[in-house]
Amino acid sequence: MAHDLGFWTLQALNALQLSMLLFLLSIGLTVIFGLMHFVNLAHGSLYALGAYFAASLAAIGGYWMGFFLAPVAVAGVGILLYSGLIRRMRKSGPMAQVLVTFGLIFVMLDLTRIFWGDLALAIDVPTLFAGRVELLGIEYPAYRLFIIGLGLAIFAALAFVLGRTQIGAMIRAGVDNDAMASCLGINVERLFFIVFCVGCALAGLAGVVAAPLLSVTPDMGLQILIPTLIVIVIGGLGSLKGAIAGSLIYGFVQTFGAVLAPQLASVLIYALLAAVLVIKPVGLFPAKG
Amino acid sequence: MLELSGIESGYGETQVLHGLSLEAQQGRVLAILGRNGAGKSTTLKTIMGLLPLKSGKIVFEGKPIARQPYDVAKSGIAYVPETRDIFPSLTVRENLEIAAKRFGGAAPEWTMERVLDLFPRLGERMDNGGTQLSGGEQQMLAIARGLLMNPRLLILDEPTEGLAPIIVKLIHDKLQDLKAAGLPMIIVEQNFGFATSLADDVVVVGKGQAVWTGSAEEIRADEAAQHTWLGV
Repeated sequence: MAHDLGFWTLQALNALQLSMLLFLLSIGLTVIFGLMHFVNLAHGSLYALGAYFAASLAAIGGYWMGFFLAPVAVAGVGILLYSGLIRRMRKSGPMAQVLVTFGLIFVMLDLTRIFWGDLALAIDVPTLFAGRVELLGIEYPAYRLFIIGLGLAIFAALAFVLGRTQIGAMIRAGVDNDAMASCLGINVERLFFIVFCVGCALAGLAGVVAAPLLSVTPDMGLQILIPTLIVIVIGGLGSLKGAIAGSLIYGFVQTFGAVLAPQLASVLIYALLAAVLVIKPVGLFPAKG
Repeated sequence: MLELSGIESGYGETQVLHGLSLEAQQGRVLAILGRNGAGKSTTLKTIMGLLPLKSGKIVFEGKPIARQPYDVAKSGIAYVPETRDIFPSLTVRENLEIAAKRFGGAAPEWTMERVLDLFPRLGERMDNGGTQLSGGEQQMLAIARGLLMNPRLLILDEPTEGLAPIIVKLIHDKLQDLKAAGLPMIIVEQNFGFATSLADDVVVVGKGQAVWTGSAEEIRADEAAQHTWLGV
């Protein structure tokens, strides 16, 4: 099999698809962290929530209703979290933030259990992307290509906003030095709120698009949390470049590790993480050079 | 226009200012002098809301000053910190553009054009990264950025620190231009000659209090005060 070009193409596309999912999750988390030094471990729970909202909405109005509304609903939950909890904890230091948001994971876990039960839910792939597509000599599920395309489109949109617009420059300035940004009359707290909401919506979106591939279970948020944190640490905090690079590295190492060295697959990514931490403790592309 | 009375402030548990009082007048330049560790930079950071005001009052244009840096900036004070704090991931242009906001009011006095007229050097470096600049260029950028906020008071912390004499001269001339244009300034400075040739009024800070207050001419003539408080 290893000599078959189609096999490599298939694995590369699988890796890319996993990377894009991780990118949607990690970008929000890393910029929130970079901008406000706020550790939100409950970010994965928002991903699970996105999947659940999508499952319920899909039951009413089909996949696309979930696709468009679930991220908005997750952003709404983000607003509640922000005004109820996070704003009060902005100055309370990383230890308290980690503890509270870690606790939040379990609160959200049980809330999803109460509302949706313990059984795994399934969502159908939308009919538009139900089939397979002939690509580079192999047949590949159209829906997975859709995820890859969506991830790339969102990467391009964020690269444009962060790199070419006034608000993007303000966000980068806030990540560089939030105190100085405030002294220039930039409302860093409001910027943080906007970034936080967008980050929540993207986490929700990741949950929505992942739902038809995986089964929707209460602990899916917990399962994705560690990979997301690894992506951020490898990529470096606070930067778009770091999030995409970290996601690609994780996606490819994980996917190719699993097919080429299954015995090592679960250790491989941690070994890589350790290597990055030894060679470049701040990650590959941190926002603060 | 800015009045500090009996302010106490510091870093965490360490109190640096012990009841400092001073006043900056409309249309004039005030120099804050003093030895290292006297509390000069702490005073500026407290005005900007970067350090908490533990007690005392700061009044700007007749109103108690806000306590968050964002609101202080909005009320019309621009700050050029000792470390310049140019944003490394922004280009020179972006560093300027994000500051170029007005908080209400008529047409801005300071536009990008006018700022680049003042510092033509920056015009040639617009697309460079903020940290690709020399120390002198960073200082120019930090001042230009402050001006684009169209402040009614400009605060500068050690504007000549680490700069070559020729750049110090240039910065001096530019600040002299700003003074002539009527912009009130507060300057914290170690360079006695630089500060007293620019300032109208001088406050000397020692151990967290104002220990000498007078005009720039007076302190230039008062060698005893220079010796006691500044070690000149």
